[in-house]
Amino acid sequence: MCKNKAIDFTQKPQKMNIKVGAIILSPGFEPFDPRVMKEYHYREFKNVVTSMDYERLLCSTGPYQGEILRASDKKHPHNIAWVQCVGSRQVIEGGNSYCSAVCCTYTQKQVILTKDHDADARCTIFHNDIRSYGKDFERYFQRTEALPGIRFFRSYVSIVKEDPVTKNVTIRYSTPDEGVKEEEFDMVVLSIGMNPPVDVQDIVKKFGIELNDHNFCKLNPTNPMETNVPGIFVSGALQGPIDIPESVFSASGAGSQVGELLKYRRGNLAKERIYPPEMDVSQEEPKVGVFVCHCGANIGRVVNVPETVEYCKTLPNVVYAQEQLFSCATNAAKEITDMIKEKGLNRVVVAACSPRTLEPLFRDTLREAGLNQYYYEMANIREHNSWVHSKEKEEATIKAHDLIRMSVARACKLEPLQEFELSVDKRCLIVGGGVAGMTCALSIANQGHEVFIIEKEKELGGNARKVYRTLQGLDVQAYLKELIGKVNKHPLIHIYTEATITEATGYIGNFVTKIKSNRGDVEIKHGATVIAIGADIYKPTEYLYGEDERVVTNLELVEKIVKEDEKVMNAQSIVMIQCVGCRNEDRNYCSRICCSGSIKNALMLKEKNPEADVYILFRDVRTYGFNEDYYREAASKDVRFIRYEPEDKPTVEPGEAEDGRPVLKVTATDYILNKKLELDADIVSLAAAIIPSESTKEIANQFKVVLSLDGFFKEAHVKLRPVEFATDGVFLCGLAHYPKFMQETINQSYGAAGRVLTLLSNDVVTASGSVCVVEEKRCMGCGACVAVCTYGALELRETRLGKKAVVNPVLCKGDGLCNSKCPTGAIKLKHYTDDELIAQVDAAIPEEEIMKQIDAVAQNA
Amino acid sequence: MCSGRVDLAFVLRAFSNGLDGVFIGACHLNECNYITHGNYHAQNMVLLCKRLLEYIGINPERLRMRYMSGAESNLFVEHINSFTKKIRELGPLGKAEGIDEAKMKTSLAEVTRLIPYIKVAMNEKLGKRLENPEEYENYFTREEIERLFKELPSYWIDPTKCQACMTCARRCPVEAIDSKKNMVHIINQDKCIKCGTCLEACPPRFGAVTKIVGQQVPPPVPEDQRTIVRKGKEKEVA
Repeated sequence: MCKNKAIDFTQKPQKMNIKVGAIILSPGFEPFDPRVMKEYHYREFKNVVTSMDYERLLCSTGPYQGEILRASDKKHPHNIAWVQCVGSRQVIEGGNSYCSAVCCTYTQKQVILTKDHDADARCTIFHNDIRSYGKDFERYFQRTEALPGIRFFRSYVSIVKEDPVTKNVTIRYSTPDEGVKEEEFDMVVLSIGMNPPVDVQDIVKKFGIELNDHNFCKLNPTNPMETNVPGIFVSGALQGPIDIPESVFSASGAGSQVGELLKYRRGNLAKERIYPPEMDVSQEEPKVGVFVCHCGANIGRVVNVPETVEYCKTLPNVVYAQEQLFSCATNAAKEITDMIKEKGLNRVVVAACSPRTLEPLFRDTLREAGLNQYYYEMANIREHNSWVHSKEKEEATIKAHDLIRMSVARACKLEPLQEFELSVDKRCLIVGGGVAGMTCALSIANQGHEVFIIEKEKELGGNARKVYRTLQGLDVQAYLKELIGKVNKHPLIHIYTEATITEATGYIGNFVTKIKSNRGDVEIKHGATVIAIGADIYKPTEYLYGEDERVVTNLELVEKIVKEDEKVMNAQSIVMIQCVGCRNEDRNYCSRICCSGSIKNALMLKEKNPEADVYILFRDVRTYGFNEDYYREAASKDVRFIRYEPEDKPTVEPGEAEDGRPVLKVTATDYILNKKLELDADIVSLAAAIIPSESTKEIANQFKVVLSLDGFFKEAHVKLRPVEFATDGVFLCGLAHYPKFMQETINQSYGAAGRVLTLLSNDVVTASGSVCVVEEKRCMGCGACVAVCTYGALELRETRLGKKAVVNPVLCKGDGLCNSKCPTGAIKLKHYTDDELIAQVDAAIPEEEIMKQIDAVAQNA
Repeated sequence: MCSGRVDLAFVLRAFSNGLDGVFIGACHLNECNYITHGNYHAQNMVLLCKRLLEYIGINPERLRMRYMSGAESNLFVEHINSFTKKIRELGPLGKAEGIDEAKMKTSLAEVTRLIPYIKVAMNEKLGKRLENPEEYENYFTREEIERLFKELPSYWIDPTKCQACMTCARRCPVEAIDSKKNMVHIINQDKCIKCGTCLEACPPRFGAVTKIVGQQVPPPVPEDQRTIVRKGKEKEVA
């Protein structure tokens, strides 16, 4: 298979001894194997697949090159069913009792992708609760649900039979209105959950770590990356079933903790890259080399690459063109460097994939050959071409010609640019002194950096001050006291309370923030900023809250339970209502922690007042991960769970119980019994939403960062960069990012510390050369550019020849708004100049066509 | 580079090159990953450009802007399919509109030449954030565009007032002013971008630069008659 003969079949296993100071265990998880449960008929019925199999079907490198086909007859399935919770939330033999936390949402993704492949496909999802607890998940669910031909059924199912001829699969399920039904599907996808790694016992033996009841790592609730063995940390799914963002938190966080241990060795293994001196080719005629990538079969299967290479050779200024199997492979990069030298190329175009991932690599390749890296241009003939036109091969080849011709035209106009280095102030500012801010501060300070914490309240602690224990039983107040103690005692941490920010200026490596605080007005200089301002609790306006003192929020209830409030201790009946103030039109998100929060309160109540009836009125119980166990425990202790629909919310009004005591009458529809229920409640507790902190908008403006639709801070990338902002040098953790459990906050706070260190451990940072520049002579001083620059990178300065615009390149982010507003073309965004882009626009039409048009005009005239 | 970098000039250039349609894809409004929100600017440019196209007889539907995120490939495909279908329905640029090709090219070239003037005149409106799509339709009106071209100014230096101080010439962003010591300055009307900088720059005590609207600019003074006779010197001669 391998054309480069890179596989060495003579290799033998080797034993190596590597001395290390710390170990991070990140072995991931094992997908649940449905063969352990015969009733799924996996590998028995041909068209029953797992979600992992289906993921491969969707993939362009999968068994049918991205086409969804049935194994039985290689035909497209048009009617597909997904079965949720396969191997999860099951206490039967072979299943796992916990919820695998990711399946609801990945199924929705698969449904959306299926509809992309086949707009007429009918998709049916058989589910239990829909657990859209993550950031933006609720909207994602709504988007899936709104697609045509999609049905969500809340029902357990059994896979009944396979048709001997068609190989279609019949599923039996129950409906509230029509009873038990059977339906045939072309394909059935089992949404399988996560198991611990297969060799987890081996890991235990080798590293001496302890496991929990589910055979994942036993976690320290105050530091979920720490194991019982000092120096050994865990990250990712060994912590338990978690999604990508949480995996990234813990990966970066484990890294930060290793940094705390090994800071004295930081940089010892790093080697500085040495590049050959840069040649000045600015006076030469453009000599363009084009490298057309096959990307294995990704491009080559659709685009005729050899023919495209021949076409490239006919383009003006192209002196060399060749094909490559994988342009990003080490040998291919070497080839590019060699060809630059051999053919005297001064511009390079790689026709391959999106510049988003590989542009830095190819720029580096140019530097290796002594060329300025900005002489590089990329034509995307994969995402923009072969992947979307897989069925139109000839047209795709023509399109590849067009894209490359445009890139070559631009490449000819490219100018060499210099990147510049900015010094880095080694200190960090943390906005917010809650669990997130303090955890992050300690990890940064433990690695030798000074940290300033600013807290708006009189005391540190934030929201955790109101929490008494976690569902897992951690004494939060004791933990908080210890944490505050550590922060207070740390010689490198400076704390300012009752603080407000009056002005925030500067940029990555060099921020200046002015504050008013208990210690007076202070100006703080810092290289990095962490935003950890927490969140607020919604103050309900519904269910008589604020009108009747028997209606409280979950946080108020927990205080009453802990303090053994008389009314709570004597209550005969307590009703909890979920989703108050969110999952609605005003706040279209799930607050993530309230289901577990209510269950925690219910269990505490059952401990202190076992006689009381406890009801939880819910929409979906979202006790994802191991919290599912507590849901089961609550149910087994007779906590009654009653589901309600958003269009038929419960009502609360004062009334009288049969025994004559004054109560709150709570009415709701019971969908299992299909009738109205009336509950007598002595106390009604509301699961009030977590909402963005009041100061979120102001802080966002001050640090020039953005908010997502729900009003929480928006990270640079929801999955891959969940602890940093798109704004360089600013980081994020805790509830300010999105509602989450304390354990998740601690993961994320260490994660943010890890990212801060990647910045602060450098003496300098490099800023892009693609910034704006003003040609003063052409500037008419109109100020149009200054008005549109949101980064304050431009100002008008009085000169002898009137007002002139001046750019501060450090602040310029290269968006180019000023460029398109400037009437005279005095300001230009380097690397995206009018000349370069117009050359590309001009080349959009092949020259023959232009000639034809000119001829036509001439004939007409 | 943000969608707000898409210049009016790029769009006009594409049409001048004979392309039948131009599509601009941008992020969803209010979902900027930075604090730039340049898509609002692109939106305004598109609204303006549609009116300009309409003014010179080109169907404004040949220019379309749509919003999508990087994760919405399906939306992108939908938009592109619908747009190419539309363009096919419309037919080839110019022919479908029934305008003479040469005339269309001249009109496009003329609008392109006036981009600096248009940008100055529309600067404030181009930078606004239109939150409500209902505002799009009449944000730039036909009348406004007609007025823009009707009131097209020319700048002219009155040879009787010019004192050859070279101030205007030094300030002209496009070097459109022919200036020599002791010689009356002349604005090269072909080079002039009508930004009005010279009018502002000319010292008030001379007031030599004049804005002319709706009239022909007087022909330049012949080169041999450009020497300035200063008042003081006149006396000496007398």
